[in-house]
Amino acid sequence: MSQVMVPRTGQRLIQRRFGQQLQHLAGQLAKHALLIAVSIVFLVPFYWMLTSALKDNNQIFAFEPQWWPNPVHWDNFATAIDFPGFPYLRLLGNSVFYAGAVTIGTVFSCAAIAYGFARLRFPGRDLLFGITLATLMIPPIVTFIPTYILFAATGLTGSYAPLIIPRFLGDAFYIFMLRQFFKGIPADLSDAARIDGAGEFRIFWEIMLPLVRPALIVVAVFSILYTWHDFFGPLIYLQDPMSYPLSLGLYAFRSQRAMEWALIMTASTLTVLPLILVFLFTQRYFIRGVAMTGLKG
Amino acid sequence: MAIAIPTRQTQTRALPRLNREARAGLLFVLPWLIFLVVFTTYPVLGTFTLSFTDYSVIQAPNWIGLDNYQRMFFQDPSFWTAVKNSVFYAVVSVPLRLVLALLLALVLNLGVRGISVYRVIFYLPALVPPVAATIVFMLMFNLDTGPINVALRAIGLSPPDWLRDPVWAKPALIILGLWPLGIEVLVFLAGLKEIPQDLLDAASIDGASRWRRLVGITIPLLTPVILFNLVIGVIYSFQVFTPALIIGGTTGEPLESTLMYMVLIYRNAFRYFSMGYAAAQAMILFAAVALLTLLIFRSARVWVHYEGGER
Repeated sequence: MSQVMVPRTGQRLIQRRFGQQLQHLAGQLAKHALLIAVSIVFLVPFYWMLTSALKDNNQIFAFEPQWWPNPVHWDNFATAIDFPGFPYLRLLGNSVFYAGAVTIGTVFSCAAIAYGFARLRFPGRDLLFGITLATLMIPPIVTFIPTYILFAATGLTGSYAPLIIPRFLGDAFYIFMLRQFFKGIPADLSDAARIDGAGEFRIFWEIMLPLVRPALIVVAVFSILYTWHDFFGPLIYLQDPMSYPLSLGLYAFRSQRAMEWALIMTASTLTVLPLILVFLFTQRYFIRGVAMTGLKG
Repeated sequence: MAIAIPTRQTQTRALPRLNREARAGLLFVLPWLIFLVVFTTYPVLGTFTLSFTDYSVIQAPNWIGLDNYQRMFFQDPSFWTAVKNSVFYAVVSVPLRLVLALLLALVLNLGVRGISVYRVIFYLPALVPPVAATIVFMLMFNLDTGPINVALRAIGLSPPDWLRDPVWAKPALIILGLWPLGIEVLVFLAGLKEIPQDLLDAASIDGASRWRRLVGITIPLLTPVILFNLVIGVIYSFQVFTPALIIGGTTGEPLESTLMYMVLIYRNAFRYFSMGYAAAQAMILFAAVALLTLLIFRSARVWVHYEGGER
C-alpha cells in the first residue's frame, strides 16, 4: 500500500513545491517592482536637483527637458561657493556653529533632566512629567510671540542667543525619549554606587551617561538635523545676511536672484550635502531613532 | 518595601527639608523647571493676554477687549481664507500620508530582500531641509520642463501649471509634503516589527488568509502607532509654513490659494508687527489643535487597541 502511495504523493509534493516556489518568486518580483517604482519616485527630486545644479539656465528651461546636462557645468559649484549673496563657506560655518551649540545644549540638558525624571524620586515628579508631555501639543507659535518680545527687550535679537539659550534648558520630546532609556537600566547599579558613597551627580556622570550613549547619539543626530532644517527661528531672529545659517541663506539667495535657477540648484545641493554626509556615518542611529519615536508614543 | 515606604515618609515629615534624593532630583530637573516657567508658561499667558491688546512693538499695548477676535471673525476675509486653506491641507494630507505610509511599511514588512537599501532611500528625503526641498520642487512642478509634467504628459494627460494655478497650488503643496514620508514609513515599520510573529503564525495555522491576518491582527495591534502618526500629522499639518511661504510669499500667491494659517500669523506678527492681532490668531490655532487632539484621544478609546502593561 505504502509502496504504491509514496511515489504519487512525492510527485504531487514536488509539483506543489515547484508551484509554491514559482508563486514565491512572482511575489518577490512584484514586491520589488513596486518598491523600486516608489524608490524612483522618491529619488527623482534628488536627481533633478543634482543634474539641474550642473546645467545653465538655458539648459534648465530647454524645450526638450535634458535628463542629463549637456554640457556639464561643473563650474557652477565654483561659482556658487562664492556667489554674491550666497557666501557658502560663511553660511556653512554659521550652520555648523548653530547646530553644534544647540546639540551640545540639548544633549546635556536633556540627559540630566531625563535622569532626574527617570531615576530620582522627588515630590511632584509625575505631575511635572505629565505637564512636560502636555507641552508637546502646544504649537510653537503660541509661545513664540512673547518669547520674541522678551528677547527683543533684552537686546538679544539679531544674534543666535534666542535660538540657542532655550535649548540649554531642555526639550520635552528628547527628555521623554531619554527617560525611557534611563528607566531601562537596572537599579542595582546605582544602588551599589550609592552604598559606596558616590554622589548623585557622580552616579549620573560616571555610571549612567556611558550606559545610554547610543540614545545620546540619537538625540544628537536628530538635534543636528532639525537645527540644520530650522528656518522659522533664524528668519525671525537674525538680521545680518552674513550671520544666516544655510537654510535661511538659501532662501535669501532665491529671493534676490529668482532667475538664477542653475545656481540656486547648486546652492541647494551644497546645503543638503553636509547632512547626507552626516547621515551616511550615523545611519543606524537615524533609523533606530525614528523607530523609537513611534513605539513609545 | 511595605516597611520601607512608611519609614521614608516619617523621615520626610520629621525633617522639614527634603531628603538627599529629592534634592538631587529637583536639581537635575531644575533647567527644565526654568524652561517651563520662562519659555512655556509665561509666553502662553503672554500670548493670551496680548490677544486682548493692540500691541504693535512701537507703542505700549492698549486693552481692546475682544476686538481682535471680532476683527478676525467678521472683518478679515484673509482669516477665513487661511482657515479654509489649512483645513483643506490637513483634511487631504493627513489621511493620504497615513494610508501611503502604512501601505509602504506593509510592503516592506513582507520579507523583501534588501530592505535596508529601501529604508535608506525612503528616509533620504527627510534629510533635505524644507527650504531646499521646496525650491527643488518648484523646478519639479515647472509647467513645461518639470519631470512631474513630463511624466504626466507621457501618459497622455494635459497637466496644470501647478504653482501658478489657484486650483492646483495647494495640491502641489500637499504633494511636495509627501516627499519626506519615509519618517512615517519607518515608524510604522518599527511598529510592525513589534507584532508577535507567533500570533500571526497561529492564525495562519488556523487557516486565516493573509487579508484576515492583516485586518484581524496586524492593523488592530498597529493602532497605537496609527494614533501616534495621526496626532503628529494633525498637529504638523496645521502648522505648515516653509513651503507655503517660499511658494506663495506672505500673500499666498496665486490668489491667496497658498495662504496657510501659519503664514497669516507670521505676516501679522513679523511683517505688520500687529502682535496683538497675531496673538489672537495664535490662540485660535492653539484652541483648534487642542480640541482636535482631545477629540482624537477620545476617539482612540474606541479604536485603539492597547495591550495590558502600559508603561
